[in-house]
Amino acid sequence: MLRLIDYSKLPVGVNVRVIVCLCMWPCDRLAICPGCPLPSPESAGIGSMLTLYFFLPLSGKSKEAEIKRINKELANIRSKFKGDKALDGYSKKKYVCKLLFIFLLGHDIDFGHMEAVNLLSSNKYTEKQIGYLFISVLVNSNSELIRLINNAIKNDLSSRNPTFMCLALHCIANVGSREMAEAFASEIPRILVAGDTMDSVKQSAALCLLRLYKTSPDLVLMGEWTSRVVHLLNDQHMGVVTAAISLITCLSQKNPDEFKTCVSLAVSRLSRIVSSASTDLQDYTYYFVPAPWLSCKLLRLLQCYPPPEDGAVKGRLVECLETILNKAQEPPKSKKVQHSNAKNAILFEAISLIIHYDSEPNLLVRACNQLGQFLQHRETNLRYLALESMCTLASSEFSHEAVKTHIETVINALKTERDVSVRQRAADLLYAMCDRSNAKQIVAEMLSYLETADYSIREEMVLKVAILAEKYAVDYSWYVDTILNLIRIAGDYVSEEVWYRVIQIVINRDDVQGYAAKTVFEALQAPACHENMVKVGGYILGEFGNLIAGDPRSSPLVQFNLLHSKFHLCSVPTRALLLSAYIKFINLFPETKATIQEVLRCDSQIRNSDVELQQRAVEYLKLSSIASTDVLATVLEEMPPFPERESSILAKLKKKKGPGAVSVTELEDSKREGGELNGGGDRGPDTSAMSASNASTPSPSADLLGIRSSAPAGTAPASAGNLLVDVFSEAGPAAPSAAVNDDGFLRFVCKNNGVLFENQLLQIGIKSEYRQNLGRMYLFYGNKTSVQFASFTTSVSCPGELQSHILSTKQVEPLVEGGAQIQQVLNIECLTDFSDAPLLNIKFRYGGALQNLTLKLPVTINKFFQPTEMSSHDFFQRWKQLSQPQQEAQKIFKANHSMDTEVLKAKLLGLGTALLDNVDPNPENYVCAGVIQTKGQQVGCLLRLEPNAQAQV
Amino acid sequence: MQFMLLFSRQGKLRLQKWYVPLSDKEKKKITRELVQTVLARKPKMCSFLEWRDLKIVYKRYASLYFCCAIEDQDNELITLEIIHRYVELLDKYFGSVCELDIIFNFEKAYFILDEFLLGGEAQETSKKNVLKAIEQADLLQEVRHLIKITVDKVF
Repeated sequence: MLRLIDYSKLPVGVNVRVIVCLCMWPCDRLAICPGCPLPSPESAGIGSMLTLYFFLPLSGKSKEAEIKRINKELANIRSKFKGDKALDGYSKKKYVCKLLFIFLLGHDIDFGHMEAVNLLSSNKYTEKQIGYLFISVLVNSNSELIRLINNAIKNDLSSRNPTFMCLALHCIANVGSREMAEAFASEIPRILVAGDTMDSVKQSAALCLLRLYKTSPDLVLMGEWTSRVVHLLNDQHMGVVTAAISLITCLSQKNPDEFKTCVSLAVSRLSRIVSSASTDLQDYTYYFVPAPWLSCKLLRLLQCYPPPEDGAVKGRLVECLETILNKAQEPPKSKKVQHSNAKNAILFEAISLIIHYDSEPNLLVRACNQLGQFLQHRETNLRYLALESMCTLASSEFSHEAVKTHIETVINALKTERDVSVRQRAADLLYAMCDRSNAKQIVAEMLSYLETADYSIREEMVLKVAILAEKYAVDYSWYVDTILNLIRIAGDYVSEEVWYRVIQIVINRDDVQGYAAKTVFEALQAPACHENMVKVGGYILGEFGNLIAGDPRSSPLVQFNLLHSKFHLCSVPTRALLLSAYIKFINLFPETKATIQEVLRCDSQIRNSDVELQQRAVEYLKLSSIASTDVLATVLEEMPPFPERESSILAKLKKKKGPGAVSVTELEDSKREGGELNGGGDRGPDTSAMSASNASTPSPSADLLGIRSSAPAGTAPASAGNLLVDVFSEAGPAAPSAAVNDDGFLRFVCKNNGVLFENQLLQIGIKSEYRQNLGRMYLFYGNKTSVQFASFTTSVSCPGELQSHILSTKQVEPLVEGGAQIQQVLNIECLTDFSDAPLLNIKFRYGGALQNLTLKLPVTINKFFQPTEMSSHDFFQRWKQLSQPQQEAQKIFKANHSMDTEVLKAKLLGLGTALLDNVDPNPENYVCAGVIQTKGQQVGCLLRLEPNAQAQV
Repeated sequence: MQFMLLFSRQGKLRLQKWYVPLSDKEKKKITRELVQTVLARKPKMCSFLEWRDLKIVYKRYASLYFCCAIEDQDNELITLEIIHRYVELLDKYFGSVCELDIIFNFEKAYFILDEFLLGGEAQETSKKNVLKAIEQADLLQEVRHLIKITVDKVF
């Protein structure tokens, strides 16, 4: 393709003609003119030099020849560097430049650094320049060299020659290593704000400082320079402002307070640009758009702050935003795409700011309408960005409705866009704009799109459909239909979480079980059905097959045969699941017992080479033949409702979005959503967060009295009483979840050990023990990721009147390795009674994002209960003494669960009191007594729980 | 901006600029992955894509792909115009630039980029000012050449 004549023997300085034959590609003009004139080696200095020495292996025809040629050249350069004769600057530059060229062709270079460093101290500009370029591209953390490099940079910085200073600053900005930050972080701010610094040097210094700040924020201290840096926004030179604003934006994000004076400066600068005519700014006007880069950056800077408080500033800003929106409607000043891109870049940045403020309904709706226009624009890029931007608009209460009006366009985009990344955005937007009113339509559209969707986005689509179906399910038969359709259409992409979830929901909601059984039965009749369908079918029929067994078309044997017909096509885990379904069948339908035993007994089961299958077959066979029906019925009882927790699907979707993207607030959100997901809200046990802890708790109804037997009246009884009520009440709505871990917290009222908190990143476990007024708590922080958590710190605070006293906490190690667990011990002393729990605050960095968690520590007053034994007589005597209203607390509440004596007893014991048998004349009542031990006093406490089984209160 | 890559239609890397510290191995991996992804896209597709947790903005000029990786909050359209302005700068400097110019005069391409972008942010968006800086540097070089030629002639 491309041939250069052999010039290697020609002397230096001869102008060699480069011959290009049939060279169609490397010399295509990038920008404007087609055609293919000769490249001009003379056009620049060093390039021509290179062409003299290099056979350029462009065609890649012979990789070997290329490597051979390069190795030869490397050997040559090495010998020159090592040779006895000292090289002059020119040759040194030449060879260093060649090394760079070889490196950029993709070969490793392990020498020449020293020569490059030598070039830095040359007083010839080009030599210095090549030296710096080599260092920038090929830094080596060799400490000896870094010292030399830093020396050279220092010299150039103090040279007062602006060109040299810029070179040195560029080098620092390109390398940006910690050593350089240590050496120059204090010097550069001075250069940046000095009055006599040239503009070009200022620009380089600003961005150089930005780079150092990004790598070593601890070393870059603005302190006294802050206000002078902010005032660079007022600089006359647009280039200086452009460079400085990047630095200011970055610094403002970290220290918003110190830099907040920049807001008004930025607004006035923006206003001047926006209102300027397209020619005012001369060379800073880009295709008739005044200073597009600077405008975008100003709008970006403003997004670091809330709306300006000063009315005048705010008015001016709103005016700017309106002007920008107006300009979008004006006819374009040029047909060039650069004009519209620059204009729209500003528009999108303005819309981001409007969304960030989320306080101007008028602007939000205008933004939404503008984006609506873009949805149908012929530029793919604009459609993509409009979809992306609308996604964030959909979450604002002011514009959610406005976004929803574009539903048809978006659905159309999902169907017709030719670019998968645009379709992806459309799917995201549909997901974001979905609510109860349009869920059915959106889910249906997404399902039908799934049939043709690209493989790359199917899994995410499946998750989204599953989540929407669950979140907005009004009737659960629709939900079941949707998920089964999902499995039918895209079974391969239905992850375990999705089908686990449908089973959880079916089990927890008895109104849908019959329908689910009928539907899976029908779905399984399809000749080819996905294995996931078999799994769901096996599970549901095993549990609820009896609900449809009345129909002769789905009699027990028919059900069994249907399932078994799929058995041999399935993988081992599915077969194992089916075997469990079979044994459940034996319990549900005794008439199938013989058939199923036959199946279990056959060699392919009982002698299966897979241990799991074999074991199941053997055990189930034995179980079915020797156990009595009662035992069978108990062992194979219907599954109890699942404890409610955050939808695992949601967690999975979050995970897919990648680490770092998941902020704590999102997790909190998802938790709330999780609560909503459980749907309807009409069935207490399913929805209340608390039922997680009490899932198997019977429904206690209680008459609770917190009483102190010793004299001083105070708040203790009331608070203890409330607390107890909390334990049994429908905690979901009753504990209006502050953004803390209420569910985790309540779980610990009656127990001392367990998992306090868990998300995708972190698990916190607790072990605690209490004696009298003292307690000790072990906290275990487990890192669930494979990545290290940095700057991990924890602190405990006691809000308000809280007197429980944390005596000592040992600080934890600041680094938590991936997968590792660390332990922290807290010593606790109860000084007096309390009702609020202490707060544990945890901060750490994960993948660069700061995570901040605040959890309630499960230290409640009842932890300091000492159980007390007393006789019936004593009890009622004391009970009657406590007649003053402030000493009593009584609460009647509805039970969440069916009542079970044993579990209830366990709960009450867990509370820390002594359970007194044979005290109350009514044997169904529970009576407890205990003494709360604080440092100052001991408070007795009596409790009666009077369940009423009929009324469930 | 986190990095900028220039590569040919054949997937040969022509220029790379990294604004975040990464190991050589990581750089090579990213390059390979991105070149593959971008080359697989069809002409009419949009210029933006999500990649890991970054946004990729790319544009093709003749045989060369210009590809920038920006962060989540960065503006895609303005990045597209950063690419265009860089091409304009190269074009003005080389006089109708082509891929060969960038191969043979890679150091110039780097110098121009450093004048235009520094640390991943726009330093000077005025075409005139950037070229002025580069031409000044060239002038320093020319002076030296002239001296050398004169010396050659004398002897």
